Amino acid sequence: MDDILFLMVFPFIVACILLVVKNDRARAIVSEVGAAVIIVASVWVAYNYLGKPQMFEISSETIDLLMFAVEAILGLTIIYLGIKYKKYAASVLGVIQLLMSIAFEFHFKEGIEVENGLYIDDLSIIMVLIIGIIGSLICVYAVGYMRDFQAHAEGKDRRPWFFFLLFVFLSAMFGIVLSDNLVWMFFFWEITTLCSFALIGFTKTEEAINNSFRQLILNLIGGISFLAALILLADQEGILSLAELLATPDVEAAQWVLVAVMLMALAGIVKSAQMPFHTWLLGAMVAPTPTSALLHSSTMVKAGVFMLLKLSPLLCGNVGGYMVMTVGGLTFLLASMAAISQSNAKRVLAYSTIANLGLIVACAGVGTPEAVWAGVLLTVFHAITKSMLFLCVGTAEHHIGSRNIEDMDGLFERMPKLALIMMLGIAAMFLAPLGMLISKWAALTAFVDPSNPVSILLIACIAFGSAVTGFYWTKWLGKLAFAARNRDNVEKTVRPQEWSVLGILAAMVVLVCFGYPLLSDWMVVPWIETVFGYEPAISVLENDNMYLLLIMIAALALMFLPFFGRGSTREVPTYMSGVNIDDDSYEGSMGATVNVSLRNWYLEGWFGEDRIRKVGEAVTAVIIVAAIVVACGGWY
Amino acid sequence: MDDWILLLCAIIFVALAPFAGCLLSGVDRKISARMQGRRGPPLSQPWHDVRKLLAKDNNAPNRFQDFYVACYLIWIIVTGAMFFAGMDLLLVVFTLILAEVFLVLAAYCSGSPFAQVGAQREIYVAMAYEPMVLLMAIGFYLFMGADDGGSFRVIDIAESSDMAIIPMLGIFIGFVIILTMKLRKSPFDLSMSHHAHQDIVRGVATEFSGRTYAMMEVSHWYENIMLLGMVALFFQNGEWTGFILGMVVAILVYLLEIWLDNGFARMKWQTALKTGWVAALILGLGNIAVLLVIA
Repeated sequence: MDDILFLMVFPFIVACILLVVKNDRARAIVSEVGAAVIIVASVWVAYNYLGKPQMFEISSETIDLLMFAVEAILGLTIIYLGIKYKKYAASVLGVIQLLMSIAFEFHFKEGIEVENGLYIDDLSIIMVLIIGIIGSLICVYAVGYMRDFQAHAEGKDRRPWFFFLLFVFLSAMFGIVLSDNLVWMFFFWEITTLCSFALIGFTKTEEAINNSFRQLILNLIGGISFLAALILLADQEGILSLAELLATPDVEAAQWVLVAVMLMALAGIVKSAQMPFHTWLLGAMVAPTPTSALLHSSTMVKAGVFMLLKLSPLLCGNVGGYMVMTVGGLTFLLASMAAISQSNAKRVLAYSTIANLGLIVACAGVGTPEAVWAGVLLTVFHAITKSMLFLCVGTAEHHIGSRNIEDMDGLFERMPKLALIMMLGIAAMFLAPLGMLISKWAALTAFVDPSNPVSILLIACIAFGSAVTGFYWTKWLGKLAFAARNRDNVEKTVRPQEWSVLGILAAMVVLVCFGYPLLSDWMVVPWIETVFGYEPAISVLENDNMYLLLIMIAALALMFLPFFGRGSTREVPTYMSGVNIDDDSYEGSMGATVNVSLRNWYLEGWFGEDRIRKVGEAVTAVIIVAAIVVACGGWY
Repeated sequence: MDDWILLLCAIIFVALAPFAGCLLSGVDRKISARMQGRRGPPLSQPWHDVRKLLAKDNNAPNRFQDFYVACYLIWIIVTGAMFFAGMDLLLVVFTLILAEVFLVLAAYCSGSPFAQVGAQREIYVAMAYEPMVLLMAIGFYLFMGADDGGSFRVIDIAESSDMAIIPMLGIFIGFVIILTMKLRKSPFDLSMSHHAHQDIVRGVATEFSGRTYAMMEVSHWYENIMLLGMVALFFQNGEWTGFILGMVVAILVYLLEIWLDNGFARMKWQTALKTGWVAALILGLGNIAVLLVIA
C-alpha cells in the first residue's frame, strides 16, 4: 500500500518545493526529476498490481477532519473571491456547498465507517498510467513553454504558483482514481475543480477571470450534486464506500440509490464538459497551453469519464443510463458540428474533446461490457493524442505567432517536424486504422442494440457525428499538408523539452495503435470481467479484423517512411488563370497583379457556435431534469 | 466458404477490376455522347487516354502530390480487395474514407486555389454522403440479426439465404441517391466536373498530370466497380440467381446515374448536404428503426 500512498503524496511534495523555488534552472531540475519519479512510480504500481485488484484498509478520523478543514477553508475562499470579483453566483453556490458539507460532516456521516479507504483495480491502473505518464510529460513540457511565456508576459513572475497547481492537480487525480471512500473521492474531486479554477484564471486578465468563474460555477453545481448523492447514500443506505455502492444488486429496486447514482453521474457529466455544461471547457482556452493540454487529456475531464465508467454497471438499462447516453450522444453530434465553424485551433481541439468525451459518456451510459470496453479504449487513445495535439498547437503558436488554423498555411515547410507530428495526431483522431477509429468502431457496434430503446438516437448521433468529424479534421489536415515553397524554417528555436515530450507522445500514439490488443488483454478485458462477470465480445478484436488493422497500420507506416517526398518530379508552378509572378500572386488578363489567398470553409450559417449551443443546452438540460424528476418520483 | 476462394475473389478484383472499370467508363462516355446527340469515342478510349498519360513527363507543383495520389490508388485497391474478400463492411467503409483523405491531401498540398476549393468541396460532399454509407453498414448488421452476434462481414451477408433488398428497401434507395455524389456525377459533381472548363477548372484534379492523373483515373475504375459491388450486395441470396440479379441491378443503377448526369445541371452546394442528410434521416434511419423493431 505504501507505493499507492507515495503516488498520492509525492506530487504534492514536489508541488510544495516548486512553490518556493524561484530559479529557472532549479525549477527545471525539480520538475523534470519529479516527473520522472512519478512516471516510474506509476509504472511500478501498474506492474505491481496488474491483475491483482485489492482494497486497502485505511481510515482515520484525523484525515477526515483534516480534509473537512481544507474543504471549509477552500469554501470560504470561494465565497470571498466571489464577492471580491462580483461573481455572486459563485459565492451563493459556495455557501450552499459549505452548509451541505457541514451538515454532512456532523450529521449524516455519523456512525458510518469506511474501513477500506483506498483500492486499486485494472481501471484505476489505466488511469494511473494516463495521469502519471501523460500528466508528468505535460509538466516537463511546461518548463520550456513557460519560459517563453514569461518572456512575453508583463509583470510579476508567478510561475512557482503555476507549477504548484500542476503538481497538486496530479496528486488530486491520483486520489480520485484510488479512493474507495466516497468522501475522500469527493475531497479530491473538489481539489481538481479549484486547481483548474486557479489555472484558468492564471493570467488574471478580465477574460481569464470571467472564464475561470464560469468553470467554477458550473463545477460547483457538479460538486453540489455529488455531495447531495453522498447525503442520500449516507442517509438512506448507510453506504459511503464505492465498492459497496457498486455491489448494489438491483438498482431499480433501490430507488434512492438510483437517484444518488444519477446525481453522481451528473457530477461526472459536468466535469467531463458535456452539454449543457460544456462552456467551461471552451473558456479554459485562455490559460497557457500546458493547462489546456492537462485539462483535456489526463486530468479534470478524465475524472468525469472515470466516474461514469465506474458507475456504468449501475447505469445499464435504467433511466439513469438513458439520461447519460442521450446526453453523451447528443454532445458528440453537436460538439462535432460546432467544431466545423471554428478557425481557432485550440477551440477546434476543445470541441473535439467535448465530442469525444460525449462518445465515452454515451458508452458508459449504455453500460454493456462491449460499450464500456470501447469507452475505456477511447479514454486511453484520446488522452495521448489530444495532449500531443495541444502541445503541438502551443509550440506552433509561440513560433508563428498565431493559433489560427488559417495561419498554419504551409506549416509543412515552416515547421516540418512539428507539422508531421500534428498531422499524425489529427490522423490518429479520426482515420482508420488508427487509435480513435478502432474504439469508435467498437462503440458503434455496441450502440446497435435492439433491446436498447435509445439505440436509434445513438446510431443517428454516431453516423452524422462521424461524417462531420471527418470534415473538420480533413480541412485542418489539408492546411498543414500544403507544401508551400520559399518559406523560412522557424522551428529551430523550439526548446529541447518540447521536442522530447512531443517525440515521446508521438511514439506513444504509434505504440498504442499497434499495442491496443495487448492493452485490452492485460487491463481492459480483465477489469470488465471482474465487474460484469463475463468477457465482452468485441468485433474489433476478432482475429481477422485485428490482424487486418495491424497490417494496415504497418502498411501506412511503411508507405510513409521510404516514399514520402521522394518522387522524381520536376516542380512546376500551379495553374492560376494568368501568368504566375510567384506562389502567391499572378498577372491577370488585364495586366493587373492579383494576389492569391487560400481560406478554408467554415459553414458558419449552418454550424455556427451560438446556434448549436442554444439547441444543445436546451435539449440536454430538459433531458437531465426530466430523467432526475422521473427517478425521484419513482415513475420508471 | 473457404478462405482460398475469398482470397481468389480479392485477387480477381485486383486483376480484373481495372478492365471492367475501364469498360464501364467507355460505356459511360459512349452513352453520354449519344444522349447529347454525338457519336462518342470508341469504347476503348479511356484505356488509350491512360496509356497516353503514363507516357507523359512527370510534372507537379511539389514532391508530395505524387505520393498522396499513389496512396489514394493503393488504399482504393485495398478497400475493394477487402470488400470482395468478404471482410468486415464497416472496415471497408472506413478504409474508403482513408483513401478519400489521401486524394484530398493531394489536392491541398499543391496550393492551387482551384484544387483547394475542389478539395474542400470533396470533403463537404463526403460529409453529405457518409451518414448514409454508415447507416447502410449498420442496416446490414441488423439484417443479419444483431441479437445472435450479428455480422458486418460481407461474405456472411452474401451467403445469407434471404435477400437484403426487401427489408432494406429504404436503405437501398438512400444508397442509390448518395451514389450520385460518390461517383461525382451531376447534379453533385461539385468537387471535380468531368469537364475542365467549369468554375473551378478541374477541381481536385487541376494540378494532376501525366502519371499522377493516370493513377487517379485507375483509382476511379476500381472505386466504381466496388461501389457497384455494394449495390449488388443487396440482392445476394447465396445462389446464382441473386448473383445475376445483383449484377443486372448494378448495371441498371449505373445507367440511371448516367441518365441523371446528363439530365441535370449541377445543383447548388447547399442541395448536396440537404439531399444526403435527408436521405439518411428518412430512408436510412427510418429503415433502421423498422429493422430494430423487427429484431
